Amino acid sequence: MNPIYMDYAATTPTDQRVVEAMMPYFGEIYGNPSSLHGFGQEARAAMEEARAKIAAFLGAKPAEIVFTSGGTESDNFAIKGVAWANRKKGDHVITSAIEHHAVLETCRFLEKEGFRVTYLPVDEDGLVDPADVVKAITDRTILISIMHANNEIGTIQPIAEIGRIAKEKGICFHTDAVQTFGHLPFTVDELNIDLLSASAHKLYGPKGMGLLYIRKGTRITPLVHGGDQESGRRASTQNVPGIVGFGKAVELAAATLQEEVVRLTSLRDRFIQGIFERIDGIRLNGHPARRLPNNINLSVESIEGEGMILSLDMMGIACSTGSACSSSSLEPSHVLLAIGLPHELSHGSLRFSLGMYTKEGDIDAVLEALPQVVGRLRAMSPLYAGKK
Amino acid sequence: MSQYSEKVMDHFAHPRNVGEMENPDGVGKVGNPVCGDIMNLYLRVKDGVITDATFKTFGCGAAIATSSMVTELVKGKTVKDALAISNRAVAEALGGLPPIKMHCSVLAEEALKAAIDDYMARQGKKTE
Ligand code: FES
Repeated sequence: MNPIYMDYAATTPTDQRVVEAMMPYFGEIYGNPSSLHGFGQEARAAMEEARAKIAAFLGAKPAEIVFTSGGTESDNFAIKGVAWANRKKGDHVITSAIEHHAVLETCRFLEKEGFRVTYLPVDEDGLVDPADVVKAITDRTILISIMHANNEIGTIQPIAEIGRIAKEKGICFHTDAVQTFGHLPFTVDELNIDLLSASAHKLYGPKGMGLLYIRKGTRITPLVHGGDQESGRRASTQNVPGIVGFGKAVELAAATLQEEVVRLTSLRDRFIQGIFERIDGIRLNGHPARRLPNNINLSVESIEGEGMILSLDMMGIACSTGSACSSSSLEPSHVLLAIGLPHELSHGSLRFSLGMYTKEGDIDAVLEALPQVVGRLRAMSPLYAGKK
Repeated sequence: MSQYSEKVMDHFAHPRNVGEMENPDGVGKVGNPVCGDIMNLYLRVKDGVITDATFKTFGCGAAIATSSMVTELVKGKTVKDALAISNRAVAEALGGLPPIKMHCSVLAEEALKAAIDDYMARQGKKTE
């Protein structure tokens, strides 16, 4: 059997066309974009072309795009940067319990610095209630940060509405769009976003490359000092090949976006329907409809996720789990806990994330393999005894 | 996943002695306080010697492999010798475990101790 990769939410392969677009910017057009000579200016032109392409895709202005080293840096920059810049105005940040660690850990860091943070709960489908956002706002609130779609369970948040609430109150609104940028069609104006984090390697671009969209007029303190690059908002010589690759990846994503949404949604639903027909004692985690087109997150009763991952890996199938046993902290996923999943069910969680190269045959192969794996592990489980 | 040794993967993929035992002479049922997993170990004992051992485990790959290995290690041993089997010995027999997975082997040791305790208690009752 050919290996089947269903972990696109973790990372994607870099598209060959992206690699080709990047290649000249290593050895041929190697100038520093800050240099005034021809070498530098040629690199700058390519960088600005990529910036313009990405800005257009988001419905933003090129000057509102700051390139970073990835989604994590963008989240750090957005949250610390806005908090620090608005310290005189207030000291309260609102976020959700199911954010990526890049947001949660940054918020915890701010708490140590004396800021107050509200972690909004989510319902059993993983949705933040905009009414809870309204309730949490105080006159000290300076930032609201809610992710666009959750990386584990795929639930898509009512971002436009939360953004509208923030806008009405004059509060800065950040969203971590790492899972949706290039995967769902939207503009920053439609969703009322002031700051948006995105990463290139989730959409067939290079690793180590990200961006932060910063709406014009947003007060933000830089995270990285030491130069005037990115209009003084992020020092460090730009990663020109990475930026060019990011631009190419966005161009390619934009060209097929609508069809991919339809294609992946149908593959996802085929997977979900098929697996419920074949395995008893499972549940779908995340919202049934408001979910990423490529995300399937299941809990399988009575067995543990790492064992399933290992077994599937032996069959050439790659996916991931939120089980405590597979995390370095030996704690179950905070997202699965936040949706109220009992410990045993978070243990048996599996995430399959589909992508550009996923074909119908791959879905069918997994539908064939997973029941075998589940059957084998359940036969060993003291929790499954007696169940039928 | 290469975090595990070949031996661990072998015992995970082909676990020995899986299942519940009918009329066992000793049963150990333990839970893992670290990550919340469960192991049941069943022993058959004849004249102070463990003649058979089986298990059922809800846990990670290492938990399944250590369960499998501990059943192999105790077979043919006297109850006294079996009591001396430590979690380290089980891990060593598997060619080592990643540090974060050592607690899974503790579960195996505890299940064994609990099963032997249970056996002793039943013996005690019989001789009374
Ligand atoms: S049983 Fe949970 S980490 Fe091994």
